[in-house]
Amino acid sequence: MLDADFFRRWMTAAAASVDREAERLTALDSAIGDADHGSNLQRGFAAVLATLDKEAPDTPGAVLTLAGRRLISTVGGASGPLYGTLLRRTGKALGEAAEVSEEQLAQALRAGVEGVRALGGAAPGDKTMIDALVPAVDALGDGFAAARSAAEGGAVATTPLRARKGRASYLGERSIGHQDPGATSSALLIAGLAEAAEGSGE
Amino acid sequence: MSDGKRVGIVLVSHSAAVAASVAELAKGLVGGAAVPVAPAGGTEGGELGTSAELIAAAVASVNRGAGVAVLTDLGSAVLTVKALLAEGDELPEGTRLVDAPFVEGAVAAVVTAATGADLAAVEAAAAEAYDYRKV
Repeated sequence: MLDADFFRRWMTAAAASVDREAERLTALDSAIGDADHGSNLQRGFAAVLATLDKEAPDTPGAVLTLAGRRLISTVGGASGPLYGTLLRRTGKALGEAAEVSEEQLAQALRAGVEGVRALGGAAPGDKTMIDALVPAVDALGDGFAAARSAAEGGAVATTPLRARKGRASYLGERSIGHQDPGATSSALLIAGLAEAAEGSGE
Repeated sequence: MSDGKRVGIVLVSHSAAVAASVAELAKGLVGGAAVPVAPAGGTEGGELGTSAELIAAAVASVNRGAGVAVLTDLGSAVLTVKALLAEGDELPEGTRLVDAPFVEGAVAAVVTAATGADLAAVEAAAAEAYDYRKV
């Protein structure tokens, strides 16, 4: 079972990998976006960790709901409301239980991804974070490591696609040949989940 | 609104200067009629982007109980307003994201609100601005 500590470890691991990869995310975003994805997410996840530290939510649902709210407030770019909605919807779907099963998390995360799709209107193949999140959620039944591989594969597979959402969509054909920064950061988020699981010896 | 309550208008842009200038333009075109209009541009740090906090504060500042029409420019401005509305308690009841072109829609919304029209009429006027072809 997964408790609030697991979800705090997830957010901590995600924040650390966003820190580590911020320059790479911004470089990807400078090719087809507005070159702020890394720094925006760094700011957002730093705020998430500070808030989790201060308010110490004690259920999985509360950790994710609070984290999502902070991302919406602090990121400043489109990834804020998108990741914020992902975490908040997932947190709400987990309810108030003190511990949740991996299967409950998989279902809740699917609800979170549906929330992102509804908010941004993106479908698989549009060259967005959805291209990493949907395969990750589909693979989650086979464990966190499988979800991590699926998300990374999904992010890499955005390279030949033409962007149909966001600022990159204005580039049309010229967006082809660049890996999507949002799908890349989504893969980092899912990798954080696998790291949190490794930390608990699962 | 027979009680004199005007619909509030909030203009959300990635740029503080754009939001403030469009608000000034729209207010200037109604000749000093009292319409509550507030810009919410850029991030709290003064950079390009969108701030949920600035949006919530702007909506609160123009809310007179007759509803608030929120107009946005692109990307994160649209998504942040939608996410705040989906949250349920972040923005006052009667706050609506209006689907309209930013500059023309803002002018149409402010001019209509100045007549004392209700939120639905303000929203319709702003949305109609999509149909004004220039060529």
